[in-house]
Parts: sequence; structure tokens; C-alpha cells
Amino acid sequence: MRDFSYLRAGSVEAARQAAALPGAMLLAGGTTLIDLAKCGVAEPDSLVDITHLKGLDKVEVSERGATIGALAKMGHVADHADIKSRFPAVSEALWQAASAQIRNMATIGGNLMQRTRCPYFRDPSNFPACNKREPGSGCSALGGVTRGHAVLGTSEACIAMYPGDLAAALVAFDAIVHLGERRVPVDDFFLVPGTTPEREHAIEPGEMITAIEIPHSAAARRSTYLKIRDRQSYEFAAASAAVGIEFEADGRTIRDLRVALGGVATKPWRARAVEEALKGKVLGPDAVRAASLLAVEGAVDHGANHYKIELAPRVVARAILKMGETA
Amino acid sequence: MTVHNIRVGESKRGDASDGGADAVGGRLSRVDGPAKITGAAKYAVEQQLDGLAYAVLVESTIASGKVRSIDTSVAEAAPGVLKVLTPDIIISLRTASDWFGTPPPDAPYCPLARDVTFSGQHVAAVVAETFEQAVAAAALVEVSYYETPAIVDLSDAKAGDGIPIDAMTKEWGDAQAAFASAPVRICAAYNTPREYQAPMEPHGLIAHWEGDKLTVWEPSQWLDGMARTYAEWFDVPFENVRLVSPYIGGGFGSKALALSHGAVAASAAKMLGRPVRLVMTRPQTFTGYGGRAATRQTVTIGADRQGKIQSIVHRGINETSIDGMWVEPLGSVTSIMYATPNFSSKQNVVRVNSVVPGAMRAPGENPSAFGIESAIDELAYEVGIDPLEIRLRNYAEQDPEAKKAWSTRQLREAFAAGAERFGWAKRTPEPRSMRDGNQLIGWGVAAGTYPVRRAYGEAIVRILADGSVEVESSSIDMGQGTYTILAQTAAETVGVPADNVVVKLGDSRFPRAGVAGGSRLAGVMTGAVYKAATSALDQLVGLAISDPRSPFHALQANTLVVANGRISSPRGDGPDLSIAELLSSVGRDHIEATGDTMPANSTAQDRYKNYTTIAMAVPHTEGDYSRHSWCAHFIEVRVDEDFGTVRVSRVVSALDSGRLYNPKLAESQWKGGIIMGIGQALLEEGIVDRRHGRIVNNNLADYLVPTNADIPDIEVISVGIPDLHSSVLGGKGVGELAIVGVAPAIANAVFHATGKRVRDLPITLEKLI
Repeated sequence: MRDFSYLRAGSVEAARQAAALPGAMLLAGGTTLIDLAKCGVAEPDSLVDITHLKGLDKVEVSERGATIGALAKMGHVADHADIKSRFPAVSEALWQAASAQIRNMATIGGNLMQRTRCPYFRDPSNFPACNKREPGSGCSALGGVTRGHAVLGTSEACIAMYPGDLAAALVAFDAIVHLGERRVPVDDFFLVPGTTPEREHAIEPGEMITAIEIPHSAAARRSTYLKIRDRQSYEFAAASAAVGIEFEADGRTIRDLRVALGGVATKPWRARAVEEALKGKVLGPDAVRAASLLAVEGAVDHGANHYKIELAPRVVARAILKMGETA
Repeated sequence: MTVHNIRVGESKRGDASDGGADAVGGRLSRVDGPAKITGAAKYAVEQQLDGLAYAVLVESTIASGKVRSIDTSVAEAAPGVLKVLTPDIIISLRTASDWFGTPPPDAPYCPLARDVTFSGQHVAAVVAETFEQAVAAAALVEVSYYETPAIVDLSDAKAGDGIPIDAMTKEWGDAQAAFASAPVRICAAYNTPREYQAPMEPHGLIAHWEGDKLTVWEPSQWLDGMARTYAEWFDVPFENVRLVSPYIGGGFGSKALALSHGAVAASAAKMLGRPVRLVMTRPQTFTGYGGRAATRQTVTIGADRQGKIQSIVHRGINETSIDGMWVEPLGSVTSIMYATPNFSSKQNVVRVNSVVPGAMRAPGENPSAFGIESAIDELAYEVGIDPLEIRLRNYAEQDPEAKKAWSTRQLREAFAAGAERFGWAKRTPEPRSMRDGNQLIGWGVAAGTYPVRRAYGEAIVRILADGSVEVESSSIDMGQGTYTILAQTAAETVGVPADNVVVKLGDSRFPRAGVAGGSRLAGVMTGAVYKAATSALDQLVGLAISDPRSPFHALQANTLVVANGRISSPRGDGPDLSIAELLSSVGRDHIEATGDTMPANSTAQDRYKNYTTIAMAVPHTEGDYSRHSWCAHFIEVRVDEDFGTVRVSRVVSALDSGRLYNPKLAESQWKGGIIMGIGQALLEEGIVDRRHGRIVNNNLADYLVPTNADIPDIEVISVGIPDLHSSVLGGKGVGELAIVGVAPAIANAVFHATGKRVRDLPITLEKLI
């Protein structure tokens, strides 16, 4: 870990200005940043601490939707009564993420900025080639240990998986990221690697996440987050699905459906093809299973991660059917 | 510095679990528990010393080749750097003998490698004023290499068949012929991956020289053995090295030997003339020393149609390093679990570019049981017999290998008690025949065993002026409960409340002990403390009877009773004094006795060899008996039929560890072993990048061990009886036993649930999806 300077920002504006300087990074809960600094991946010249800024940790649920301050802790949001009742998938995604200790430290804004767990990305001394870390240096994961790598949204430059849980739920319910005044739909906030895997978020120098807004919807209200993994707790998803459903008055015909995947793609992955295939249909096991296969359309495996292509549609189908049962 | 003195009284819970707890066999809570829970327990590397410097290791980034050059100039110029050590810049050490005490070649030893034989090998180290400065400078050391192709693992085409280990060959009858003529034949291959001990406390030490005397604060399962190694490395007398290890944050076999990082730290301390602290990073713990070797076994069983075994043919290989030798004895359970008239087991070891593997909970027995206990389940399905019944039909009434009677073998009782409690009779035999919604339910059984390893120990017991009792031993407590059971032993033997006993461990200045490994320490040390305490008690009673100043002198008794800290005559017709009052009356401020379990004619050399090597361990088949602990695990799994995820939902294990010195602590150890077995079965695997020969999941986020959410309620049942052939007080081994057989019980349950036989651990979801 290199020496760095530390600045306690006095205001959001001051934080944004300080963080715009080359080599500067914002410090919130620190659960990702400090970890990456220990690995030698993050080498900031200066840290701009924003943890004490007032007013950025509120969770408010109004007529329009939920607004979650960037400094709200994961654990706090997971346990918020209105989030649990109006956006169950959001609460469940948070509960199943990380560990209790990390959820009590990590912030919502920082959670969106969480970086990949690709072991090659995280070990610069042994694996100098990483296009995400050093653009143009190559990809050590290609041809390596790929059990945890993405099958969707990959490129020749990068197959690193986006590891987060919360973002899948946010993408499913059309959340909007507040970068001060600027508003970016969360699906556009996360970028696929393409030829620029070093660029993971649609955020510019000098910008800072201030809040996340999630609009109300009937689908969000009837939603769930299903996370499948080898270990029952404290592990990233092998495959996960955020699913919300709204029925017509008959209680059987699907009016609205939201499906997003975690653990399988280079970004939180909205599965619109599944949604479109089932909208207007009567919910039933065969139709749901057939449509769920569309979730991995275009998926490409790298050997050891092939199971994700089998697993993800099954997770989607189970989650949709579970939401149907609660009618 | 002092070793923490732990007073038993501080840890009593005051609830029913402590009732009648003071004596051997009582359920006294761990006396070191409160210190650990509150953070008061000071671990080895937490010592604060003036002038402490910090060392950080630099590791090889190739798996095979030579160091071409090391450029230390940038690192040396970094802030706070005191020294950069390389193979060329380090004091010369002497090669130490191995743990058998085999005389070493008269050759220098360098703990930093010029010839690289695995990725993650120590090639340099940086010492600085602060830990952060050392970390930063370590990243600035530029190492270049001549790289050569590596043999990455057992499946590497270059690995070959390996080296036959003739000492592992066991044969009787004509196994091949009997197999060829058997009506029922099964043959299958079973693999276990590299697994890691992953103790919470990483390896590390503080080394401090004063003249030619070295003090090392280091978590250790074997103070005297490690002190010997340091003494030999630095060519100083054994007595000049003091090892201090008050607490150990988990060892599981990995902290029994002095390792190369210790040599680096002690060399740096000598070169700088300052105490040096070196602690491995978590990734370094995956390559700084060895975990369990990857293994391959084929198990071939010939049987009749009633499932009676006629022949077992077993072949095993385990990996070792390029220049070290580790044999994981894969035929150890295979040869004794079932009666068979014909048997053959052979083993090879294969050199690969990894750190030399090491001991990890039940080395040998653990993978061995995965092979034979899976294979017997396969045989049960082949002949259509209940997996529990087939084990009883092939029950070994004596040791089939040694042809000797068991000292005690309560395995039949374990099967009966476990099956009853688990409800095994309600099992439907067909695979996929039990389910709950999407969850396929499977019930599996497997047995386990571990030999009774015996050695010798010594202890001092003092009866002090205030009537309290003090015990000293260089043995250690890594959580298994040595502090507690030795307090109980001394309390019961002398006749005082356990509250009045102070146990001091973890300092090589105390009376000596062999390794805390192979589940031998409790049997050894309770025996030594019992003898020392008996001797102290005899002195006390002798004084009371014979000293003219004693109030008992006039009684002319030939014995007295000591109980609850008071002395009286057997018939209660004389004085009734506290121990303190008696000592005061006879003008003594303490009584001291040394006790040991060594043979009477032992020389000083015998003693040194016994405590600093494992060469004098007593064979478990010595004399007329074969001595082992035994267990039977009954395990329920739930497998999601869509996702392939396996969760253990119920465990009932019945275990025979002989007499339990403290059932509460023994049960905890058994449960810990079972939990570790669940991790082995479902989660744990060191994954190698085949291009680089490097473990890539070298951290606790990617090398998965079970969390609380993965562990159901575990019920353990003791079916042991005192076994006085195994130890002075009748106990057999506890710590290693319970992991043995857990993985095959889970694999067998997964087969019952799904119809899929998984023979490669761990059983991850893609193997079932």
C-alpha cells in the first residue's frame, strides 16, 4: 500500500472538486477501496473522505418512489420497513450480500462502485496483464481459471464478472442514479467492457453519486431476489435473479414482468427478452421455463463457467414461479 | 513478558453446565474462553518490544526456474527501510534435522530461494521501521527469473507415475486373484484436491536475540520441536532458544514445525540487532507452507452376493513438492475398517511444483476414508444391501492388518446409537426417493477412525503456601482445552477445587512436551500431570504424617484424605486443616513435584529426542493390542434439483474416543471436525492456474470454508469406554477423529438424494446440475 494523503471533505461540492484531481478517490465505507489498496490494485494519491457529510444517508419513500442517499449503509437500507414492503427484491438483495460486518460499513453509493472479484484483476504482482487495470495489457483470465467469470456481456478484452447483488434489483426496477443534478438510468450507469474495460461506470471526473431513486411499480412491490451460490452465506452469486411481477385483474395473466440477472454478466443484466416473452401470457411452469431460457441468449462460456448458462435460466424460472405462487 | 496465568474460577459460567465440573470427566467450561472473548488474551505476535522492526516477504511469481537477479536498490531507498534480504544478503544457517531427528547433511541452509520450485516461494524480504513501510518497499523489489516449465498438479502430463513408497505397501492373501473370482466387483477412483488449514490467526512470529540467546514468540503446536530447529539453524545450544506461544489461533497441523519464514525473521533480527516481527499475509498462507496434499485413489472391492468382502485392492497417490517429501498415508483406513481375507494397498508420491504439503487434520485417515467409505457404499448399492447393514456384515472383530485384538472398538455401538438417534430405519433405499418440494433429500452413513498416537510428557505440579496448585508444561492449548483438562487433572488428583489451580503453558522453559498433533497431547499430558500431582500429594500427606510440627503427627495415621483443599484423617477423628494451614504448621512455603510418563530407565538423550522429535512415538499396535478411536456419521443433505446446491441439514455422529477428560470440550472438538469435514465435502479446493502453477483462490473470499449458515445443529454422542491400554487415564484421541468419514457420508447422502455418485471433492453445484 502506497502512502496517500487524506482529506475530510467539508461539503459535497468540496468533495467533488477534490476527487476530480488526478489520483484522487472518494472514500465512503471503504470495504472495496481499502481491500483493493491492500491488493495493490487501487493506488490512490489522495483519499477524499465523505463519510461524515450530512444528509446523504437518508432513506425516504414518497409517492414517487424511494430515494436512498449515497451514504446510507447497506444494512440500514436492507432493514428499512418501507423498502422491505415496497421493494422486497432490493431488501433481499442487500440481505444476501456480503456479511453483516460489511453491510454495516458499506454504503449504497460505494456498493454501485464495487469492482470485480476476477482473481487476475486483483493480483497485479503475479498477473501484470489486465485490460481493466492497464488498458492494452491483455487479459490473464482468458485461458485461466474462469469458474467465476461472466458469460454475458463479455468482450475479447475482458470477461470479468460484475459481482454485486443490489444493482440487479435496481436495474430490474428502472432505478436512477443521481450524480448531483445529473440523472442516469442505472442500466446506463453500468457499462459493458467492450474495448474499454477500464471504464465501468458512466461517471465523469468530478461527479459523485449522491442518491439512488427507485420509482414505485406494482412489479417492484411483488418482487424477490433469488441468489444461488455454493456457500449459504457470504459468497458472491453463482447466478441470481431479481424478479418482479404484476398480474392482470384475473390474477393469472402477466401484465408486467421485470427480470435482471446477477452473477453471470459483466454488468447487472436486464433480461428483457424474458419479460417480453411472458407479458400477456398466463403464468405457468412450462411457459416460464421456456421463456427463462431467453435470459442467457448470446451467452458465451469459457469452460469452467459453462454451468452458469445452465443455472441462470433455472434461477430465473424459480424466482418467477415463486412470485406467481404468492398470488 | 509472562505467559498468561489463567485462573479457572474466572471462566466458570455458574450455570448447570459447570455442575460437578472440577474433576476429570466434568464439563468445565474452557478456562481460556473469557480471555479470548474479551480480547484480553495476548497472542504471540502481539508482544510489544522496544525497537521492533517489521519484515515482509517477497514471493516468487513463477512456479519453476531460477532467480536471475534481484534489484533491491529502489526498495532500499524507500522510506523506513532497514534491510532487504535476498539469497545473497542473509546470514548463513545450517540445515536442521527433520522431525524424525534424522541427522541433516552438513550443508548450509538458506530460507530464501535461488532455485524456484513453486509459485509463492520466499525469494526476498524487506525489513522496515513500520509494517506499512515494509509492505510498500516489498512491492519495489524487482526480481527477474529464468523460467522453466512447471508440473502444475497431479493431472499434468509431465507428472508421471511418481515414486513408489514401499513402506506404505500392505498385503495379505492374494487380493488380485480373489478379486478376479469374486461374484461382485466394484472399482472406482476417488480424488481429493489441495485443501488448506486456513487458521484464523495467520502464521507469524517475533524473533529477538540477546547475545547468542534467541527468544521467539510464535504460535506453535510444538515448542520443543521448533526450538530444536531454530537452535540447529543458528548453531546455538537448544537451551539458548526460548519459544513462547501462550495462545494459538488455530493450527490444524500447520503450526507444528519451524518454517522458512521463521528462519527469515530470526536471521533479520540477528543481522539488525533488533527484534523483528514477520506475519504472513492471508495469500501467503496458501504458499508459505503446505496444506493437505491432493490425492488420487482407486478402490477395488470383490465381494460375494451377500456383500461379504473377499478382496480389497487399493492404489493411491499423493502430490509432494519438487524437493520435499510428504506422504499422505492413503491406505490407513482402508486396511483396518473391514474384515477381508485378501488385501493389497500401494502408494506412490508424485512431485509437482508446489510448496511441500503438510499435516492437516487427520492426514492420511481423512482422504483414505473418503475412498473406502465411498466404495463400501457403492458396494452396498451393487448388492442391494442397506449401507449400514453392509458395514456390520464386514465388521472387523480384530485388526485385520496387525492381526491383534482391538484395545477397545465401540464402532458397533456407534452405528447403533447413531442410527437410532438419526432414525436410519425410516430411510428408503432408492436414490431420489425422498424429497421435499424442490429439495431432494439424501441420507448417508460413513465410519471414521484415527489411531491412538502415544508419546511422553513431563510436568511440574506445585502446591503453594496459600493452598493453591500450579501446573507448568511446555505443551500448548490451541483451543482444544489443554489449560482446562490439566486444571481438572491436578484438581482431582491433589484434592482441591479447580478454581485453585493455575495452569501455565506455552513456554519452552517449562517441563517439556512433544507435539500437539495426532490427537496425542491430552492423553500424554493428563498422564504426566496425574503423576506429578500424585507425587506432590504424597509429599503433602507424608509431611502431614511425619513432620513433628504437623497437627496430624500425633494421630499415627498411615494415610490422610485431601479433598476440597482440606486435609483430614480417613475416619474424621483428628484435625481438619486447610492445605495452607498445614504448610504453615510445618514451615513450608511450597511443595513441588515433577512427573513424567517416560520409561524409568530413560537417559537425558532419550528425553531430548522424545520431546524434540517424533521418532519415539509409541506404535499404536505395540504389544498385544491395536488402539484406535472410532466414529460413525449419519448425515442428511438437501440437494436442490434445479440448482445442484447441496446443504447439510442434519448430522448425528456417534464417537468412541474412550474416556472423555471433559465431555464439553471433546464435543466441541468433534463438532469442529465435523464442520471442517462439511467444508471439505462441499466447498474447499485450492484452484491452480495451470499456465502459472499458481493457486488463484488464495484468500478467504475465494477459498470457501463453511459459514454458520452452512452448519445445522450437530448432535454428537459419546459411546466410548475407558481404554487403559491407550492412556494413563483411559482416553483415546479426540481432535482428529471426527473429520474422518464426514466427506464420504455426505457424498453417500448426495448419491442417495440424486442418484449421482460424486467421486471428486468438493461436491460443487456444477457437478450435480
